[in-house]
Amino acid sequence: MSAVLVFVEHDRGVIEESSLQAIGFAREVTSSSVAAVVIGAAGTEVAARVAAAGVDAVCSIDASALADYAPEAWGDACAQYAKSVDAIAIVGCGTDRGNEVLAHIAAVLDTPFISNITQYEASVPVKLTRLRWGGSLLEHATLDVGLAVLSCAPHAFDSPQSGVGEVPRSEFVAALRDDAARTRIVERVSLASGITLQTAPVVVSGGRGVGSADGFAHLEALAELLGGAVGCSRVVTNQGWRPHSDQVGQTGKRVAPELYIACGISGAIQHWIGMQAAQRVLAINLDKDAPMVTKADFAVIGDLHEIVPAIVEELRRRR
Amino acid sequence: MSDQPTTAKVVVIGAGIVGNSVVGHLAELGWRNIVQIDKGPLPNPGGSTGHASNFIFPVDHNKEMCLLTADSQRQYIEMGVNTTCGGIEVARKPERLEEFRRRMTSSTSWGIDSRLLTPEEVKEMVPFINDEVILGGFYTPSVSCVDSLRAGTIFRERAMALDALTVVPNVEVEAVETEQGKVVAVVTDQGRIDCEYVVIACGVWSPRIAAMAGATIPLTPAVHQMIDVGPIAELEATGNEIGFPIVRDMDTFCYERQSGGSMEVGSYAHRPIFMKADEIPSIKASRLSPTELPFTAEDFDQQLEEALELMPSILETAEMKYAINGLLSLTPDGFPLLGETVEVKNLWSAAAVWIKEGPGAGRMIAEWMTHGAPEIDPHQSDIARFYKYARNDHHVRERCAEHFNKTYGIVHPREQWESERNIRTAPYHARTEALGAVYFQAGGWERPHWYESNAHLVEHYGVEAREHEWDARWWSPIQNAEHLAMREHVGMIDLAPFVVFDITGPGAFDYLQYLTVNSVNVAVGRSVYTPLLDVNGGFRSDLTIMRLGEQEFRVVTGAFDGPRDAFWFRKHLPTDGSVVFTDKTSAFCTIGVWGPKARALVETLTNDDVSHEGLPYGSTKEVLFDSIDVRLFRISYVGELGFEIYVPMEHAQAVWDKIYSAGQAFNIVPVGAGVYGTTGRIEKGYRLMGAELEGEYSPVEAGLARPKVKAADFIGKEAYLKAREAGPAAVLCTLTVEDNVSPRDGIKRYMTGSEPILTLEGQRIVDNRGRSSYVTTAGAGPSVGKYLLMAYLPIEIAIVGTELRVMYMNELYPVKVAVAGSTPLFDPADERMKV
Amino acid sequence: MRILVCVKRVPAPGARIVLTEDSLGIDTRNLGFTTSPHEECAVEAAIQLVEEHGGDVTVLTLGGTDADEQLRYAISVGAHKAVLITNDDLAAGRDADAVATAKALSAAIRDLESADGIFDLLLFGNESADSGGFQVGIRVARALDRPIVNGIKGIEIADGNATARRECNDGYEVYQLAMPAVLGVKEGINLPRYATLPGRLRSKKAEVTHLDSATESGRVTTTSLATPLEQTVNTVMLGEGAGAAAAVVDMLVEMGLA
Repeated sequence: MSAVLVFVEHDRGVIEESSLQAIGFAREVTSSSVAAVVIGAAGTEVAARVAAAGVDAVCSIDASALADYAPEAWGDACAQYAKSVDAIAIVGCGTDRGNEVLAHIAAVLDTPFISNITQYEASVPVKLTRLRWGGSLLEHATLDVGLAVLSCAPHAFDSPQSGVGEVPRSEFVAALRDDAARTRIVERVSLASGITLQTAPVVVSGGRGVGSADGFAHLEALAELLGGAVGCSRVVTNQGWRPHSDQVGQTGKRVAPELYIACGISGAIQHWIGMQAAQRVLAINLDKDAPMVTKADFAVIGDLHEIVPAIVEELRRRR
Repeated sequence: MSDQPTTAKVVVIGAGIVGNSVVGHLAELGWRNIVQIDKGPLPNPGGSTGHASNFIFPVDHNKEMCLLTADSQRQYIEMGVNTTCGGIEVARKPERLEEFRRRMTSSTSWGIDSRLLTPEEVKEMVPFINDEVILGGFYTPSVSCVDSLRAGTIFRERAMALDALTVVPNVEVEAVETEQGKVVAVVTDQGRIDCEYVVIACGVWSPRIAAMAGATIPLTPAVHQMIDVGPIAELEATGNEIGFPIVRDMDTFCYERQSGGSMEVGSYAHRPIFMKADEIPSIKASRLSPTELPFTAEDFDQQLEEALELMPSILETAEMKYAINGLLSLTPDGFPLLGETVEVKNLWSAAAVWIKEGPGAGRMIAEWMTHGAPEIDPHQSDIARFYKYARNDHHVRERCAEHFNKTYGIVHPREQWESERNIRTAPYHARTEALGAVYFQAGGWERPHWYESNAHLVEHYGVEAREHEWDARWWSPIQNAEHLAMREHVGMIDLAPFVVFDITGPGAFDYLQYLTVNSVNVAVGRSVYTPLLDVNGGFRSDLTIMRLGEQEFRVVTGAFDGPRDAFWFRKHLPTDGSVVFTDKTSAFCTIGVWGPKARALVETLTNDDVSHEGLPYGSTKEVLFDSIDVRLFRISYVGELGFEIYVPMEHAQAVWDKIYSAGQAFNIVPVGAGVYGTTGRIEKGYRLMGAELEGEYSPVEAGLARPKVKAADFIGKEAYLKAREAGPAAVLCTLTVEDNVSPRDGIKRYMTGSEPILTLEGQRIVDNRGRSSYVTTAGAGPSVGKYLLMAYLPIEIAIVGTELRVMYMNELYPVKVAVAGSTPLFDPADERMKV
Repeated sequence: MRILVCVKRVPAPGARIVLTEDSLGIDTRNLGFTTSPHEECAVEAAIQLVEEHGGDVTVLTLGGTDADEQLRYAISVGAHKAVLITNDDLAAGRDADAVATAKALSAAIRDLESADGIFDLLLFGNESADSGGFQVGIRVARALDRPIVNGIKGIEIADGNATARRECNDGYEVYQLAMPAVLGVKEGINLPRYATLPGRLRSKKAEVTHLDSATESGRVTTTSLATPLEQTVNTVMLGEGAGAAAAVVDMLVEMGLA
């Protein structure tokens, strides 16, 4: 059927919404059919949701070794299916799991894997643009290969609004080796004791300008008042002022709060990449021309060590 | 979006320690409408100030640098950003111990408390030092660390409190515009600022900004490697930013400076690594900052080993958390670049200044811009000091490559450069070379200092060699022999480096009168020797002016101050075209012929009348040497009968040959600048600009004040009249060293200059204006049989016969005042030259 | 235990990456080079593991001879052996693609193992800082038929198993791999140590083994690099200094956050 396959992610039946963006991407890759592949114990809800997400077909692959996330086995299964249907491309979204499974698929199929694509032109040869340096650079490249494995950069393509209705659904049985699930999750530990960086409506984040570990006390007070979480830039973790788990940015966490308050963060692109999904940004900075200030929605110029306590006091006063 | 003003009185480019200091001092001196811009953010815009080690060692052999540093430290203290921690220079090699004795001498001259330490005493102060690898220390308790960024903020805040300053960070200068040789505007990416003055205080970027206006600031950005090693428990335990004295490991060219819980190790030992101002990366393209470049570890490995050797107990386990190739500014001679640029009026340079000089340099620039002269004489730092050949990248790099590793080196006061030699030579250079000339450089010229061909005269005159290698370095007993031969027969001296200006036109007379202390109202064919003063009445220059016609004057000045003098003359030229200034230095070559037989010799070369009547002392005229026109000027800097002979360059070799061959009958000797500049001069008590003559002393004190003051107004007259009225607080004296034998090792020693003159008890001598007595010139007096020193002494002890002491290498030698004032020690009545 | 860490030499750029005139590369004239950050953490993780369990750490890279710098840096912080795969193409600055890189690494690892025994753990960075391909470790693991998990921020060794942690939205997942195994390490697993002075001096004298291996790349061709356009917005200035607090709180109220 020469389809483009879309690897759709889910975690124990909870769909990863961003993976649906890969369907939009797949439509750029091909003008013919796009089929979703759902691996593991996804449950009927996921299959139905995917079927309605704008694909032309859905294939489910399940087995005991595939039930929970197991990157090697998932990759094996998907690769086998791709071969069996003579797919022209396998695409997914460039999330942690997306890139991981796609890399396995490409390794099995011994074909290139191109990650984090932002633009795609289905010419001969294919012209595409992808992210390098965690998004700090764009690479324009041509691709000349029969079977390609591709991931799209998160937020680079839109997921289709809705599908055309009922689409054919199929199941595929993969021939897995005995130890196929040798890289399976054996335990999950939840740290979600209330608010996390990823779920907080407000992130109060500090950079070099905070100056010390102690300097974060005011930021913590503000975050607490707003029901938010405290984040930081890479400089801060390198200085040992905050744990790495608080780091926002290219090599830290990517956050998407309603408001991101950047205190003493200059706003290098490596940091911006981690918080660009925030709905609004408030920059508090000494330098009115810092990139963070010029890119923010709101800004206050001055010493954060005076401004943040003043905001805290004002919030308390109004309560 | 731009807050950048469109007009300013003065635009200061740069917000490092220097720019900040300049705006602070300008505001204090009454300037308003100052606009300060920087390409980076505040308070740390990313220049060299931001990564500086921020320590101050106040002792320097050079007086001007000591004064600038002392002023800076005083300002840091006043701002509350100075932490005194003490500093120890440690020696690993025996010659360094001798250098420490020399440093003790300098610290005594400039009044800084220092003392020598044994290795055990060093270890007491710095317990983690390995005292087995050091031979001793030189300790200065007042060594301090400063917060230069905070100081900069205070300077700006002070200027803003006076409503004098607008600061605009994050703007890039795109052009510096000039009209008719004068700066008129600075154009940035935020727009244009019309202004009257511009100060370039942007450190390593200064050459780039100057070039936009067509001016030169001869410095190169150079790498200074620095690492930060920590954490170190011993240092953390102090609970201070700095709790131990800073250690300079002088023989490895490294320093170790505590910075909180870690140790900063910096080096001047690595290979010279230079950049171009245009190649420095932008702020955004830089990992850390534009002046903190990636560390090249292989250049630092040797220093790591040496640092480990010196402080093994604390450096073995600590980690290198931060390592940079930091950029700083280097200049061809190692001194700052201060003052108005020679190319563009009202465009000032405040560049190549380190943290230890920053506030002082800012004050100097502000005073200079305000009053026309700063309090501290800027002789060494004046950006106008360079000839054109020295104001380009090639020269800057050659010289900086040579002196970078001398930053902590032991540099002899007479030491000569190895690079950029043979770029300026006299037409008869091959002749002097054949005579075995040993060349010292003067204004870039290769000038014979002595001639090896005269070696046989050493024995003839019984000149003693010098026993100590240091004293014998860059010296030869031949110098003294040449001196004696000249006084006995006749000598010929290569004076090609003389700087010659012709001043002509209807306004020439009035123009010169306005610059000179002594009147140029002399008859055509006569001359005048005169000081030039700055507005404060201090020496700006001293030179000789010949009157060649009613409206035609020829100025002759020395090679070392030629460019500064040229700048001074050009700066004061009237704009109406009534005076024409022509630099004739490259047109004329000068040969000196002096000695009892000089006239007899010259008489064989010309048919013109060169008798005492035909050419009296101080007069000049053109004569023919066969077919060649030469100008004879009957004057002498060595106290003998004779002439300066001015020859067009193309005839110079022929004239040299004629004199040399005719001179054989008179036992002529080629004589080097060792005689001309030192022994001949000091016996006659002649003053030298930059040594005896400087901004701190007036003509009255230098013994150059004439009985009457001319009626015409001149620069510095008001101050000069006041100085005459007040009388001298100190008098320039000539002293004889009564015994040159070192009390320590029993060998004869010979001072080189800058040593303190002390009381019999070894106490410093300071006059009632706070100026200490020190040796301005030291040299042999072969004809008087003594080693001679010149020094200003307070008037109450400036009495012939007063017995005092001079310190040399931390030892005291007896000296006696032989002359107080300008009377020559040798031939006091000048009978030899005026016959 | 024996651990091998694969590292990559990459430039250390500032906030803005400057490109060469032909837009095909990064202008590195004023840049230093470093080990790709995830791999720097992988080296640290390996050193910590052998500090705890004994054994040795080998670092392996593929690149020009200047990649020696990164191998020696690894030695300066505690790695024991260093191997460089190089060839004329790599020396001339032509990067190998992920497929070629993985093949060369796999071959080299086989060689090293046949000489000195199996590596219990192969550590990779999650992805390289520069090209960000997310695949070399997986391809090598596949070629050697060893289990691999990426995104690892915690490793424990016990009973022949590597237990690895990986962050997820609300906590972390735990994987258990029988050794020999492969892990893709992510920055944040540790704070890498810096070299000590003796470490740096030791690394200078260390021997770096050079292996020659062809790296044929193709199929994906870079035509140019570009810097993303920075979006400009009209920033609303809420004021300067502490005086702006009221305006900030007004804004928070308006957004329904306070």
